[in-house]
Amino acid sequence: MIGLCERCKRRQATFHQMVLLPSKSERHLCDQCALDEGLIAPAKPLPFSEVAEQVIAAAKVAGSQAQRVCENCGTSYMEFRNHGLLGCPHDYEAFKALLEPLLQRVQDNATQHQGKGPGADLAARRAPQAEIRQIQRQLAEAVSAEDYERAAALRDRLRELEER
Amino acid sequence: MSNPLDNVARRSGEWLRGAGPQQEIVISTRVRLARNVSGFFFLSRADADSRREIAETLSAAVQRARGLENLIHLDVEQLDELDRALLVERHLISRQHAEGAGARRVAFLPDESASIMINEEDHLRLQVIRCGLQLDECWEHVSRIDDALDERVEYAFHPQYGYLTACPTNVGTGLRVSVMLHLPALRLLNEIDKVIHIAKELKLAVRGLYGEGTEAQGDFFQVSNQITLGRSEEQIIEDFRTKAIPKIIEHEQNCRRTLLKTRLQALDDRIYRAVGTLQTARLMSSNEAMQLLSHVRMGIHTGRLRTVDLTTLNDLVLQTQQAHLQKLQGERLNGEQRSIVRAAYIRTRLGRRDEN
Repeated sequence: MIGLCERCKRRQATFHQMVLLPSKSERHLCDQCALDEGLIAPAKPLPFSEVAEQVIAAAKVAGSQAQRVCENCGTSYMEFRNHGLLGCPHDYEAFKALLEPLLQRVQDNATQHQGKGPGADLAARRAPQAEIRQIQRQLAEAVSAEDYERAAALRDRLRELEER
Repeated sequence: MSNPLDNVARRSGEWLRGAGPQQEIVISTRVRLARNVSGFFFLSRADADSRREIAETLSAAVQRARGLENLIHLDVEQLDELDRALLVERHLISRQHAEGAGARRVAFLPDESASIMINEEDHLRLQVIRCGLQLDECWEHVSRIDDALDERVEYAFHPQYGYLTACPTNVGTGLRVSVMLHLPALRLLNEIDKVIHIAKELKLAVRGLYGEGTEAQGDFFQVSNQITLGRSEEQIIEDFRTKAIPKIIEHEQNCRRTLLKTRLQALDDRIYRAVGTLQTARLMSSNEAMQLLSHVRMGIHTGRLRTVDLTTLNDLVLQTQQAHLQKLQGERLNGEQRSIVRAAYIRTRLGRRDEN
Protein backbone atom coordinates (compact mmCIF):
# COMPACT_ATOMS: atom_id res chain seq x y z
CA MET A 1 0.00 0.00 0.00
CA ILE A 2 1.47 3.29 -1.02
CA GLY A 3 0.47 6.44 0.82
CA LEU A 4 1.52 9.02 3.34
CA CYS A 5 1.78 8.47 7.05
CA GLU A 6 -1.65 9.20 8.54
CA ARG A 7 -0.05 10.79 11.64
CA CYS A 8 2.61 13.20 10.31
CA LYS A 9 1.19 13.27 6.79
CA ARG A 10 4.70 13.98 5.50
CA ARG A 11 6.62 10.75 5.21
CA GLN A 12 5.87 7.60 3.33
CA ALA A 13 3.83 5.14 5.39
CA THR A 14 5.86 2.00 5.89
CA PHE A 15 4.11 0.50 8.86
CA HIS A 16 0.71 -1.02 8.18
CA GLN A 17 -1.46 -2.54 10.84
CA MET A 18 -4.90 -4.00 10.58
CA VAL A 19 -6.79 -4.72 13.78
CA LEU A 20 -9.79 -7.00 13.36
CA LEU A 21 -11.10 -7.21 16.91
CA PRO A 22 -12.99 -5.81 18.75
CA SER A 23 -13.74 -3.81 15.61
CA LYS A 24 -11.94 -3.52 12.32
CA SER A 25 -9.45 -0.66 12.11
CA GLU A 26 -6.34 0.14 10.09
CA ARG A 27 -3.17 2.11 10.83
CA HIS A 28 -0.69 3.37 8.18
CA LEU A 29 2.33 5.10 9.68
CA CYS A 30 5.86 6.04 8.82
CA ASP A 31 8.72 4.41 10.74
CA GLN A 32 9.27 7.44 12.95
CA CYS A 33 5.62 7.76 14.00
CA ALA A 34 5.28 4.02 14.54
CA LEU A 35 8.33 4.21 16.77
CA ASP A 36 6.88 7.22 18.63
CA GLU A 37 3.68 5.30 19.28
CA GLY A 38 5.65 2.34 20.55
CA LEU A 39 4.34 0.07 17.80
CA ILE A 40 7.81 -1.02 16.73
CA ALA A 41 11.00 -1.50 18.70
CA PRO A 42 13.94 0.77 17.94
CA ALA A 43 16.34 -0.98 15.58
CA LYS A 44 19.44 -1.80 17.50
CA PRO A 45 22.44 -1.50 15.21
CA LEU A 46 24.53 -4.67 15.56
CA PRO A 47 28.17 -3.74 15.68
CA PHE A 48 30.38 -5.75 13.34
CA SER A 49 32.39 -7.14 16.23
CA GLU A 50 29.23 -8.62 17.70
CA VAL A 51 28.28 -10.26 14.39
CA ALA A 52 31.75 -11.68 14.07
CA GLU A 53 31.59 -12.96 17.61
CA GLN A 54 28.37 -14.78 16.92
CA VAL A 55 29.75 -16.36 13.75
CA ILE A 56 32.87 -17.48 15.57
CA ALA A 57 30.84 -18.94 18.42
CA ALA A 58 28.71 -20.95 15.99
CA ALA A 59 31.80 -22.21 14.18
CA LYS A 60 33.33 -23.15 17.50
CA VAL A 61 30.34 -25.30 18.41
CA ALA A 62 30.45 -27.04 15.03
CA GLY A 63 34.22 -27.25 15.21
CA SER A 64 34.27 -28.66 18.71
CA GLN A 65 31.83 -31.36 17.56
CA ALA A 66 33.91 -32.15 14.49
CA GLN A 67 37.08 -32.00 16.59
CA ARG A 68 35.56 -34.51 18.96
CA VAL A 69 37.96 -37.33 19.56
CA CYS A 70 36.94 -40.79 20.70
CA GLU A 71 38.43 -41.35 24.14
CA ASN A 72 38.90 -45.03 23.36
CA CYS A 73 40.76 -45.04 20.03
CA GLY A 74 41.74 -41.41 19.43
CA THR A 75 39.93 -41.10 16.10
CA SER A 76 38.45 -37.65 15.50
CA TYR A 77 35.10 -37.12 13.83
CA MET A 78 36.89 -35.21 11.04
CA GLU A 79 39.09 -38.24 10.36
CA PHE A 80 35.99 -40.37 10.06
CA ARG A 81 34.38 -37.87 7.67
CA ASN A 82 37.52 -37.82 5.55
CA HIS A 83 37.99 -41.58 5.30
CA GLY A 84 34.52 -42.97 5.87
CA LEU A 85 35.68 -45.50 8.42
CA LEU A 86 35.29 -45.43 12.18
CA GLY A 87 38.17 -46.25 14.51
CA CYS A 88 36.54 -48.51 17.07
CA PRO A 89 33.13 -49.75 18.26
CA HIS A 90 33.02 -47.00 20.90
CA ASP A 91 32.95 -44.33 18.15
CA TYR A 92 29.23 -45.02 17.81
CA GLU A 93 28.81 -43.64 21.35
CA ALA A 94 31.52 -40.98 21.19
CA PHE A 95 30.11 -39.46 17.98
CA LYS A 96 26.47 -40.32 18.66
CA ALA A 97 25.12 -36.78 18.14
CA LEU A 98 27.01 -36.38 14.86
CA LEU A 99 26.46 -39.90 13.59
CA GLU A 100 22.71 -40.09 14.07
CA PRO A 101 21.77 -37.65 11.28
CA LEU A 102 24.26 -39.39 9.00
CA LEU A 103 22.89 -42.81 9.90
CA GLN A 104 19.36 -41.63 9.21
CA ARG A 105 20.48 -40.41 5.82
CA VAL A 106 22.23 -43.58 4.72
CA GLN A 107 19.90 -46.00 6.50
CA ASP A 108 16.54 -44.69 5.34
CA ASN A 109 15.81 -42.93 8.66
CA ALA A 110 16.34 -46.02 10.77
CA THR A 111 18.11 -45.70 14.11
CA GLN A 112 17.14 -48.95 15.82
CA HIS A 113 18.52 -52.38 14.98
CA GLN A 114 16.05 -55.12 14.12
CA GLY A 115 17.09 -58.71 13.68
CA LYS A 116 19.48 -61.14 15.23
CA GLY A 117 21.95 -60.41 17.97
CA PRO A 118 24.71 -62.35 19.65
CA GLY A 119 24.22 -64.77 22.51
CA ALA A 120 21.67 -67.37 23.46
CA ASP A 121 19.17 -64.97 25.03
CA LEU A 122 18.80 -63.07 21.79
CA ALA A 123 18.78 -66.26 19.76
CA ALA A 124 15.75 -67.46 21.71
CA ARG A 125 13.91 -64.30 20.81
CA ARG A 126 14.60 -64.83 17.15
CA ALA A 127 11.68 -65.93 15.03
CA PRO A 128 12.45 -69.33 13.54
CA GLN A 129 10.92 -68.22 10.24
CA ALA A 130 13.79 -69.29 8.05
CA GLU A 131 13.85 -72.76 9.58
CA ILE A 132 10.07 -73.07 9.27
CA ARG A 133 10.25 -72.21 5.57
CA GLN A 134 13.05 -74.66 5.01
CA ILE A 135 11.13 -77.47 6.73
CA GLN A 136 8.00 -76.63 4.76
CA ARG A 137 10.01 -77.07 1.59
CA GLN A 138 11.60 -80.31 2.76
CA LEU A 139 8.17 -81.55 3.78
CA ALA A 140 6.76 -80.86 0.32
CA GLU A 141 9.73 -82.70 -1.21
CA ALA A 142 9.30 -85.66 1.12
CA VAL A 143 5.59 -85.89 0.29
CA SER A 144 6.20 -85.75 -3.45
CA ALA A 145 8.92 -88.39 -3.05
CA GLU A 146 6.39 -90.46 -1.05
CA ASP A 147 8.81 -90.64 1.85
CA TYR A 148 6.10 -90.60 4.49
CA GLU A 149 8.33 -91.51 7.40
CA ARG A 150 10.48 -88.45 6.78
CA ALA A 151 7.40 -86.34 6.12
CA ALA A 152 5.93 -87.31 9.49
CA ALA A 153 9.16 -86.40 11.28
CA LEU A 154 9.29 -83.05 9.48
CA ARG A 155 5.65 -82.36 10.28
CA ASP A 156 6.33 -82.93 14.00
CA ARG A 157 9.32 -80.61 13.90
CA LEU A 158 7.25 -77.99 12.12
CA ARG A 159 4.50 -78.22 14.73
CA GLU A 160 7.10 -77.84 17.47
CA LEU A 161 8.56 -74.71 15.85
CA GLU A 162 5.20 -73.14 15.19
CA GLU A 163 4.10 -73.61 18.80
CA ARG A 164 7.22 -71.87 20.10
CA MET B 1 55.04 -77.50 -0.97
CA SER B 2 52.44 -77.41 -3.69
CA ASN B 3 50.23 -74.41 -3.99
CA PRO B 4 46.68 -75.37 -3.00
CA LEU B 5 45.40 -72.92 -5.59
CA ASP B 6 47.11 -74.52 -8.59
CA ASN B 7 44.25 -76.90 -9.23
CA VAL B 8 41.47 -74.60 -8.16
CA ALA B 9 41.45 -72.86 -11.53
CA ARG B 10 40.65 -76.11 -13.38
CA ARG B 11 37.08 -76.30 -12.18
CA SER B 12 34.29 -73.92 -11.26
CA GLY B 13 33.11 -73.36 -7.72
CA GLU B 14 29.92 -75.10 -6.65
CA TRP B 15 28.00 -71.84 -7.00
CA LEU B 16 28.73 -71.72 -10.70
CA ARG B 17 28.62 -75.45 -11.36
CA GLY B 18 25.31 -76.68 -10.06
CA ALA B 19 21.85 -76.09 -11.36
CA GLY B 20 20.05 -73.63 -9.14
CA PRO B 21 16.47 -72.36 -9.04
CA GLN B 22 15.74 -69.73 -11.73
CA GLN B 23 19.20 -70.40 -13.18
CA GLU B 24 18.16 -69.22 -16.63
CA ILE B 25 18.23 -65.69 -15.23
CA VAL B 26 19.71 -65.82 -11.74
CA ILE B 27 23.38 -66.80 -11.82
CA SER B 28 24.01 -66.81 -8.10
CA THR B 29 22.89 -65.59 -4.70
CA ARG B 30 25.42 -64.27 -2.23
CA VAL B 31 24.82 -63.25 1.37
CA ARG B 32 27.47 -61.74 3.62
CA LEU B 33 27.65 -60.62 7.22
CA ALA B 34 30.04 -57.98 8.57
CA ARG B 35 31.22 -58.61 12.11
CA ASN B 36 33.78 -57.09 14.46
CA VAL B 37 35.17 -58.39 17.70
CA SER B 38 34.91 -56.25 20.80
CA GLY B 39 38.11 -55.35 22.60
CA PHE B 40 39.94 -54.45 19.38
CA PHE B 41 39.98 -51.25 17.36
CA PHE B 42 38.48 -51.35 13.89
CA LEU B 43 41.11 -51.96 11.23
CA SER B 44 41.58 -48.34 10.15
CA ARG B 45 42.93 -47.68 13.65
CA ALA B 46 44.69 -50.98 14.27
CA ASP B 47 48.49 -50.94 13.93
CA ALA B 48 50.40 -53.80 12.30
CA ASP B 49 50.82 -55.72 15.56
CA SER B 50 47.22 -55.42 16.50
CA ARG B 51 46.14 -56.47 12.99
CA ARG B 52 48.27 -59.55 13.39
CA GLU B 53 46.78 -60.28 16.79
CA ILE B 54 43.25 -59.96 15.39
CA ALA B 55 44.16 -62.26 12.49
CA GLU B 56 45.65 -64.87 14.84
CA THR B 57 42.75 -64.71 17.28
CA LEU B 58 40.09 -65.00 14.62
CA SER B 59 41.91 -67.63 12.62
CA ALA B 60 42.12 -69.78 15.77
CA ALA B 61 38.46 -69.12 16.55
CA VAL B 62 37.43 -70.19 13.05
CA GLN B 63 39.50 -73.38 13.33
CA ARG B 64 37.82 -74.32 16.58
CA ALA B 65 34.30 -73.29 15.66
CA ARG B 66 31.60 -75.93 15.51
CA GLY B 67 30.98 -77.18 11.99
CA LEU B 68 33.87 -75.27 10.43
CA GLU B 69 36.50 -78.00 10.78
CA ASN B 70 37.12 -78.66 7.11
CA LEU B 71 37.75 -75.12 5.87
CA ILE B 72 40.80 -74.38 3.72
CA HIS B 73 42.82 -71.63 5.42
CA LEU B 74 45.01 -69.25 3.43
CA ASP B 75 47.21 -66.40 4.57
CA VAL B 76 46.25 -63.74 2.03
CA GLU B 77 49.21 -61.58 3.06
CA GLN B 78 51.59 -64.33 1.92
CA LEU B 79 49.86 -65.10 -1.38
CA ASP B 80 51.26 -63.64 -4.55
CA GLU B 81 49.25 -61.21 -6.64
CA LEU B 82 48.07 -63.81 -9.12
CA ASP B 83 46.68 -66.12 -6.46
CA ARG B 84 44.90 -63.22 -4.81
CA ALA B 85 43.39 -62.21 -8.16
CA LEU B 86 42.29 -65.82 -8.66
CA LEU B 87 40.44 -65.75 -5.34
CA VAL B 88 38.74 -62.50 -6.35
CA GLU B 89 37.58 -63.97 -9.66
CA ARG B 90 36.12 -66.91 -7.72
CA HIS B 91 34.36 -64.51 -5.31
CA LEU B 92 36.19 -66.06 -2.37
CA ILE B 93 37.68 -62.71 -1.38
CA SER B 94 36.83 -59.13 -2.32
CA ARG B 95 39.04 -56.86 -4.38
CA GLN B 96 39.59 -54.79 -1.29
CA HIS B 97 40.85 -57.87 0.57
CA ALA B 98 43.15 -58.78 -2.30
CA GLU B 99 44.60 -55.32 -2.65
CA GLY B 100 44.77 -54.50 1.05
CA ALA B 101 47.83 -54.50 3.24
CA GLY B 102 48.89 -56.15 6.47
CA ALA B 103 47.81 -59.35 8.18
CA ARG B 104 44.71 -60.79 6.57
CA ARG B 105 43.36 -64.26 5.97
CA VAL B 106 40.66 -66.23 4.26
CA ALA B 107 39.10 -69.58 5.10
CA PHE B 108 36.67 -71.29 2.75
CA LEU B 109 34.79 -74.54 2.26
CA PRO B 110 36.36 -76.92 -0.25
CA ASP B 111 33.28 -76.55 -2.48
CA GLU B 112 33.75 -72.75 -2.24
CA SER B 113 30.15 -72.17 -1.15
CA ALA B 114 31.23 -70.33 2.00
CA SER B 115 34.17 -68.13 2.85
CA ILE B 116 35.33 -66.15 5.84
CA MET B 117 37.52 -63.11 5.26
CA ILE B 118 39.56 -62.02 8.24
CA ASN B 119 40.67 -58.37 8.36
CA GLU B 120 38.93 -57.05 5.31
CA GLU B 121 37.15 -53.74 6.06
CA ASP B 122 35.77 -55.38 9.20
CA HIS B 123 37.43 -58.01 11.35
CA LEU B 124 35.16 -60.64 9.85
CA ARG B 125 33.22 -60.93 6.64
CA LEU B 126 31.24 -64.15 6.44
CA GLN B 127 29.83 -65.04 3.06
CA VAL B 128 27.83 -67.80 1.46
CA ILE B 129 27.33 -68.04 -2.28
CA ARG B 130 25.09 -70.49 -4.13
CA CYS B 131 23.96 -70.98 -7.68
CA GLY B 132 20.59 -69.70 -8.79
CA LEU B 133 18.15 -68.02 -6.47
CA GLN B 134 18.71 -69.49 -3.01
CA LEU B 135 18.08 -66.66 -0.59
CA ASP B 136 16.91 -68.69 2.41
CA GLU B 137 19.56 -71.34 1.98
CA CYS B 138 22.32 -68.72 1.84
CA TRP B 139 20.97 -66.87 4.85
CA GLU B 140 20.53 -70.02 6.94
CA HIS B 141 24.04 -71.17 6.13
CA VAL B 142 25.75 -67.85 6.82
CA SER B 143 23.72 -67.44 10.01
CA ARG B 144 24.90 -70.87 11.18
CA ILE B 145 28.52 -69.88 10.57
CA ASP B 146 27.81 -66.65 12.45
CA ASP B 147 26.37 -68.60 15.40
CA ALA B 148 29.33 -70.96 15.47
CA LEU B 149 31.76 -68.02 15.64
CA ASP B 150 29.58 -66.24 18.18
CA GLU B 151 30.37 -69.12 20.56
CA ARG B 152 34.08 -68.44 20.14
CA VAL B 153 34.43 -64.65 20.09
CA GLU B 154 32.59 -61.68 21.51
CA TYR B 155 31.09 -59.59 18.76
CA ALA B 156 30.94 -55.80 18.97
CA PHE B 157 27.19 -55.31 19.38
CA HIS B 158 25.13 -52.32 20.50
CA PRO B 159 21.53 -52.68 21.71
CA GLN B 160 20.42 -49.77 19.53
CA TYR B 161 22.75 -49.99 16.54
CA GLY B 162 23.13 -53.77 16.32
CA TYR B 163 26.38 -55.22 15.00
CA LEU B 164 28.92 -52.40 14.91
CA THR B 165 30.87 -52.05 11.68
CA ALA B 166 33.76 -49.89 10.55
CA CYS B 167 31.53 -48.17 8.02
CA PRO B 168 28.08 -47.00 9.19
CA THR B 169 26.58 -48.17 5.89
CA ASN B 170 26.85 -51.75 7.19
CA VAL B 171 25.77 -51.24 10.79
CA GLY B 172 22.80 -53.14 12.22
CA THR B 173 22.48 -56.52 10.59
CA GLY B 174 25.80 -56.22 8.76
CA LEU B 175 23.93 -58.05 6.02
CA ARG B 176 24.51 -57.61 2.32
CA VAL B 177 22.42 -59.72 -0.03
CA SER B 178 23.60 -59.75 -3.65
CA VAL B 179 21.80 -61.50 -6.45
CA MET B 180 23.67 -61.86 -9.72
CA LEU B 181 21.42 -61.68 -12.73
CA HIS B 182 21.89 -62.33 -16.42
CA LEU B 183 19.72 -59.84 -18.31
CA PRO B 184 20.69 -59.98 -21.99
CA ALA B 185 17.19 -59.44 -23.42
CA LEU B 186 16.52 -56.37 -21.28
CA ARG B 187 19.86 -55.02 -22.43
CA LEU B 188 19.20 -55.79 -26.10
CA LEU B 189 15.80 -54.10 -25.97
CA ASN B 190 17.25 -51.17 -24.06
CA GLU B 191 15.01 -51.70 -21.06
CA ILE B 192 17.61 -52.07 -18.34
CA ASP B 193 16.27 -48.83 -16.84
CA LYS B 194 13.30 -50.87 -15.64
CA VAL B 195 15.62 -52.85 -13.40
CA ILE B 196 17.30 -49.72 -12.11
CA HIS B 197 13.85 -48.30 -11.34
CA ILE B 198 12.67 -51.40 -9.46
CA ALA B 199 15.90 -51.45 -7.49
CA LYS B 200 15.69 -47.78 -6.65
CA GLU B 201 12.14 -48.07 -5.33
CA LEU B 202 13.30 -50.76 -2.91
CA LYS B 203 16.50 -48.90 -2.08
CA LEU B 204 18.62 -51.58 -3.71
CA ALA B 205 21.80 -50.94 -5.67
CA VAL B 206 22.58 -52.29 -9.13
CA ARG B 207 26.24 -53.00 -9.84
CA GLY B 208 28.59 -55.01 -12.00
CA LEU B 209 29.96 -58.52 -11.63
CA TYR B 210 32.40 -57.88 -8.79
CA GLY B 211 30.33 -55.57 -6.62
CA GLU B 212 31.13 -52.09 -5.49
CA GLY B 213 32.72 -49.87 -8.10
CA THR B 214 32.55 -52.35 -10.95
CA GLU B 215 30.68 -51.95 -14.19
CA ALA B 216 28.22 -54.38 -15.65
CA GLN B 217 30.01 -56.72 -18.05
CA GLY B 218 28.34 -58.90 -20.60
CA ASP B 219 24.82 -58.26 -19.34
CA PHE B 220 25.60 -59.52 -15.83
CA PHE B 221 24.19 -57.35 -13.08
CA GLN B 222 24.33 -57.58 -9.33
CA VAL B 223 21.42 -56.31 -7.23
CA SER B 224 22.13 -55.74 -3.55
CA ASN B 225 20.58 -54.09 -0.52
CA GLN B 226 21.93 -50.83 0.86
CA ILE B 227 19.91 -50.51 4.03
CA THR B 228 21.26 -52.60 6.90
CA LEU B 229 19.71 -50.90 9.93
CA GLY B 230 16.11 -50.94 11.11
CA ARG B 231 15.10 -53.99 9.11
CA SER B 232 15.58 -57.59 10.16
CA GLU B 233 17.52 -60.05 8.02
CA GLU B 234 14.26 -61.77 7.09
CA GLN B 235 12.68 -58.48 6.01
CA ILE B 236 15.67 -57.59 3.86
CA ILE B 237 15.58 -61.02 2.22
CA GLU B 238 11.80 -60.87 1.84
CA ASP B 239 12.14 -57.77 -0.35
CA PHE B 240 14.37 -59.71 -2.72
CA ARG B 241 12.20 -62.82 -2.67
CA THR B 242 8.79 -61.26 -3.12
CA LYS B 243 9.43 -57.89 -4.74
CA ALA B 244 12.69 -57.20 -6.54
CA ILE B 245 13.75 -60.50 -8.06
CA PRO B 246 10.37 -61.78 -9.31
CA LYS B 247 9.73 -58.43 -11.02
CA ILE B 248 13.13 -58.35 -12.69
CA ILE B 249 12.78 -61.98 -13.80
CA GLU B 250 9.36 -61.21 -15.25
CA HIS B 251 10.70 -58.25 -17.23
CA GLU B 252 13.60 -60.27 -18.60
CA GLN B 253 11.30 -63.14 -19.54
CA ASN B 254 8.93 -60.75 -21.29
CA CYS B 255 11.81 -59.32 -23.27
CA ARG B 256 13.03 -62.81 -24.16
CA ARG B 257 9.52 -63.68 -25.38
CA THR B 258 9.38 -60.47 -27.42
CA LEU B 259 12.70 -61.31 -29.04
CA LEU B 260 11.57 -64.87 -29.81
CA LYS B 261 8.25 -63.72 -31.21
CA THR B 262 9.12 -60.60 -33.14
CA ARG B 263 12.87 -60.57 -33.69
CA LEU B 264 13.89 -64.18 -34.01
CA GLN B 265 16.34 -63.59 -36.86
CA ALA B 266 18.06 -60.80 -34.96
CA LEU B 267 18.21 -62.96 -31.83
CA ASP B 268 19.64 -65.97 -33.68
CA ASP B 269 22.08 -63.68 -35.43
CA ARG B 270 23.44 -62.48 -32.09
CA ILE B 271 23.68 -65.98 -30.70
CA TYR B 272 25.33 -67.60 -33.71
CA ARG B 273 27.69 -64.72 -34.39
CA ALA B 274 28.81 -65.09 -30.80
CA VAL B 275 29.36 -68.83 -31.20
CA GLY B 276 31.17 -68.28 -34.48
CA THR B 277 33.44 -65.61 -33.11
CA LEU B 278 34.26 -67.63 -30.00
CA GLN B 279 35.07 -70.69 -32.12
CA THR B 280 37.31 -68.88 -34.55
CA ALA B 281 38.78 -65.68 -33.09
CA ARG B 282 42.53 -65.43 -32.61
CA LEU B 283 42.58 -62.50 -30.21
CA MET B 284 39.96 -62.07 -27.52
CA SER B 285 39.79 -59.43 -24.80
CA SER B 286 38.08 -60.33 -21.56
CA ASN B 287 35.31 -57.79 -22.19
CA GLU B 288 34.57 -59.22 -25.61
CA ALA B 289 34.64 -62.76 -24.25
CA MET B 290 32.19 -61.82 -21.51
CA GLN B 291 29.79 -60.21 -23.98
CA LEU B 292 29.92 -63.14 -26.40
CA LEU B 293 29.56 -65.73 -23.65
CA SER B 294 26.56 -63.76 -22.45
CA HIS B 295 24.93 -64.13 -25.87
CA VAL B 296 25.73 -67.83 -25.92
CA ARG B 297 24.10 -68.19 -22.50
CA MET B 298 21.04 -66.40 -23.85
CA GLY B 299 21.06 -68.89 -26.74
CA ILE B 300 21.09 -71.84 -24.36
CA HIS B 301 18.29 -70.47 -22.19
CA THR B 302 16.02 -69.44 -25.06
CA GLY B 303 16.40 -72.90 -26.53
CA ARG B 304 17.93 -71.50 -29.74
CA LEU B 305 21.33 -73.10 -29.18
CA ARG B 306 21.78 -76.76 -28.29
CA THR B 307 25.41 -77.38 -29.20
CA VAL B 308 26.94 -75.73 -26.14
CA ASP B 309 26.20 -77.02 -22.66
CA LEU B 310 25.77 -74.78 -19.64
CA THR B 311 28.67 -76.33 -17.69
CA THR B 312 31.15 -75.48 -20.43
CA LEU B 313 29.74 -72.00 -20.65
CA ASN B 314 29.97 -71.45 -16.87
CA ASP B 315 33.54 -72.74 -16.85
CA LEU B 316 34.46 -70.34 -19.63
CA VAL B 317 32.93 -67.32 -17.90
CA LEU B 318 35.32 -67.95 -15.02
CA GLN B 319 38.33 -69.38 -16.81
CA THR B 320 38.65 -66.66 -19.42
CA GLN B 321 39.27 -64.07 -16.70
CA GLN B 322 42.86 -63.05 -16.48
CA ALA B 323 44.06 -64.71 -13.29
CA HIS B 324 42.41 -68.01 -14.22
CA LEU B 325 43.91 -67.87 -17.68
CA GLN B 326 47.41 -67.34 -16.33
CA LYS B 327 46.93 -70.03 -13.72
CA LEU B 328 45.76 -72.52 -16.36
CA GLN B 329 48.63 -71.57 -18.62
CA GLY B 330 51.07 -71.86 -15.73
CA GLU B 331 52.81 -68.58 -16.51
CA ARG B 332 52.50 -64.82 -16.32
CA LEU B 333 51.06 -63.24 -19.42
CA ASN B 334 50.81 -59.66 -20.60
CA GLY B 335 47.64 -58.23 -22.10
CA GLU B 336 48.28 -59.33 -25.67
CA GLN B 337 49.47 -62.78 -24.66
CA ARG B 338 46.31 -63.14 -22.61
CA SER B 339 44.20 -62.27 -25.64
CA ILE B 340 45.92 -64.99 -27.66
CA VAL B 341 45.70 -67.60 -24.92
CA ARG B 342 42.10 -66.70 -24.13
CA ALA B 343 41.04 -67.08 -27.76
CA ALA B 344 42.89 -70.39 -28.07
CA TYR B 345 41.44 -71.77 -24.84
CA ILE B 346 37.90 -70.88 -25.88
CA ARG B 347 38.43 -72.51 -29.28
CA THR B 348 39.51 -75.78 -27.68
CA ARG B 349 36.60 -75.76 -25.23
CA LEU B 350 34.02 -74.98 -27.90
CA GLY B 351 35.30 -77.68 -30.19
CA ARG B 352 36.57 -76.34 -33.50
CA ARG B 353 39.91 -78.06 -33.32
CA ASP B 354 39.97 -78.46 -37.12
CA GLU B 355 41.18 -74.92 -37.57
CA ASN B 356 43.77 -74.77 -34.83
